[in-house]
Amino acid sequence: MTQVAEKLQPWIAVVEQRPQGGVRWLQDVRDKAAARFAALGFPTVREEDWRFTNVASIASREYRTAPPAPVTAAELEAVPYSGLPLRLVVVNGRFSAELSRLHGLPQGVRAGSLAAAVTGHSDVVPRFFAQAADAHSRAFVALNTALVEDGAYLYIPDGTVMEQPVEILYVAAGESAVDDMIQARTLIVAGEHSQSRIVETWVALRGGAYFTNAVTEVFAGANAVVDHYKVQQEGLDAFHIATMQINAQRGATVSSHSFSLGGKLVRNDAEAVLDGEGAEVTLNGLYLADGDRLVDNHTTIDHAQAHCPSHEIYKGILGGKARAVFNGKIIVRQDAQKTDAKQTNRALLLSDDASINTKPQLEIFADDVKCTHGAAIGQLDDDAIFYLRARGLTYFEARDLLIHAFAGEIIDRVQIEPLKQALEAELYAQLAKDLAEIDAA
Amino acid sequence: MLDIKNLQVKAEGKEILKGIDLHVNAGEVHAIMGPNGSGKSTLARVIAGHPEYEVTGGEIQYEGRDLLAMDPDERAREGVFMAFQYPVEIAGVNNAYFLKAAVNAKRKHHGQPELDAMEFMQLIQEKSTLLDINQSMLQRSVNEGFSGGEKKRNEIFQMALLEPKLAVLDETDSGLDIDALKTVASGVNAMRGPERAIVVVTHYQRLLDYIVPDYVHVLSAGRIVKSGGKELALELERKGYGWIETGAEPVGA
Repeated sequence: MTQVAEKLQPWIAVVEQRPQGGVRWLQDVRDKAAARFAALGFPTVREEDWRFTNVASIASREYRTAPPAPVTAAELEAVPYSGLPLRLVVVNGRFSAELSRLHGLPQGVRAGSLAAAVTGHSDVVPRFFAQAADAHSRAFVALNTALVEDGAYLYIPDGTVMEQPVEILYVAAGESAVDDMIQARTLIVAGEHSQSRIVETWVALRGGAYFTNAVTEVFAGANAVVDHYKVQQEGLDAFHIATMQINAQRGATVSSHSFSLGGKLVRNDAEAVLDGEGAEVTLNGLYLADGDRLVDNHTTIDHAQAHCPSHEIYKGILGGKARAVFNGKIIVRQDAQKTDAKQTNRALLLSDDASINTKPQLEIFADDVKCTHGAAIGQLDDDAIFYLRARGLTYFEARDLLIHAFAGEIIDRVQIEPLKQALEAELYAQLAKDLAEIDAA
Repeated sequence: MLDIKNLQVKAEGKEILKGIDLHVNAGEVHAIMGPNGSGKSTLARVIAGHPEYEVTGGEIQYEGRDLLAMDPDERAREGVFMAFQYPVEIAGVNNAYFLKAAVNAKRKHHGQPELDAMEFMQLIQEKSTLLDINQSMLQRSVNEGFSGGEKKRNEIFQMALLEPKLAVLDETDSGLDIDALKTVASGVNAMRGPERAIVVVTHYQRLLDYIVPDYVHVLSAGRIVKSGGKELALELERKGYGWIETGAEPVGA
């Protein structure tokens, strides 16, 4: 038996003890995923997509499946981003009705437990669940799918316009002495011509080196408008591995903004398929890391149909010995003529020891397309610093202004004012701490 | 106000200024002229405190203080202003926000209360007409997407807001058409006064038709080779710099 297979043994045992029973189709999905996970094992740095991100520290650890944990409403008020009026709360992967606030949802909207929806909304859930996320070839998706028990479910009927944004607040509430594993699963179905704003926030109340393995599927029906945000502020010792899979039908407009502020090892796979003519997708991201943390963003925008624009801007700010990876793949399929894809990727390195590996990856099979990409990695612009100082701002004021401007380009796109303010507060507080450390050194 | 003695400056190991002497009193306008590469812009940038230059000898006194010992931002807050030849574009920083930060940095330094948004808007209103500063220039990012003329007007606008004691204009005329040149010049002229010294660095006589200097200095190969009144600029215009560069009448060598 190889070393890798040996290491996988405890994990095989974990998926063998997967949840059983319930509806037949779901059990089939779990069983297949379990078999795939056993066959795939964890990715290694020998695989191109994981070259710079070594997950051996996850694979070699033994986790406890996070049990239900008592969390009080008062505790929740203390976490950032918890203030939106409509919210679904998911604690350790399980929907909490007590902590959620779901009054005043428009008629026909379903928001709540994914487990409940499997039986309670059985004409919709089986059509979408596990249809976008790839449990066949992605080990972490397979692991999540094999172990799925509950999660968040949001369904917006055709033609429904949600005035209020909906927040899905994922809370890690383990014990610091035990390494918990949280399988978080989310299914979002936005009907034709519907409009919605959805905020995923990931926070920790307690817990040390826990491991969140998240899978989110977003289906946007024809002409739907979905404005999605993900704010990841897990504990600083936590592992956060997440896959988000967006499917945009004809004429749908989907934007997703990812803000990554926490976690020790973070991997985001954000993928969007433009699956109907005239669909439009925006994937933007801002990440911040310091210490010896690692943030890896892999994005894929898959132009499967013609006449689709896509936009992408990812920015990172790295201090200490932090590492980042950005891989932006754009696929333009043979039928996807008149594609217009733009990608920009920028990173600001605040220290000499911080680093980033970045790669655009264009796979173009159509001939009448427009694809642009650009990357810029570097320090702050000395000319800009001098210009500001020549007008009386101190070096520190000038530097902070430039860093805030850098981040502001992404934060300013947030269309939900309280979220934007909370993000600014959290981000600038972290930056202030990082910069104070740099100044002290 | 400004007293430069035997100033010697290197950049990237190369000697650029080889012993400059210049004395500027409050209320005076001095023009520094000279051919490309003579060191005019270096002189302006050294006064502003640009970090890429190494002062290897001499001194600069500003109001009796050692200017070279001051950080660039301290110089600015103490009333030294340089209008950039190439104003820097700063993406993501709103111009109005930047201007307010600059004005308040100086006010704070001098123990004055900082201006709030309302007071600052009033100040903007008061100063913007002369330089034809419009709302869009205030709301865009600093200098980003500005035309050449807009950039230079924005520089002189900053000068008007900051009311420096010593203003150094580095090739403010470059890239300006005649209308923009007149606008910029009238902005500068409005700032002339007994308390303020202005040093105009330029290659061409043209700007000096509109900003008439009290003194003209000609810089060549890192030295001031000739000084005189405003008529010297006209003579240069007629004869060209070749006349100076041949070293026929070296002064101060």
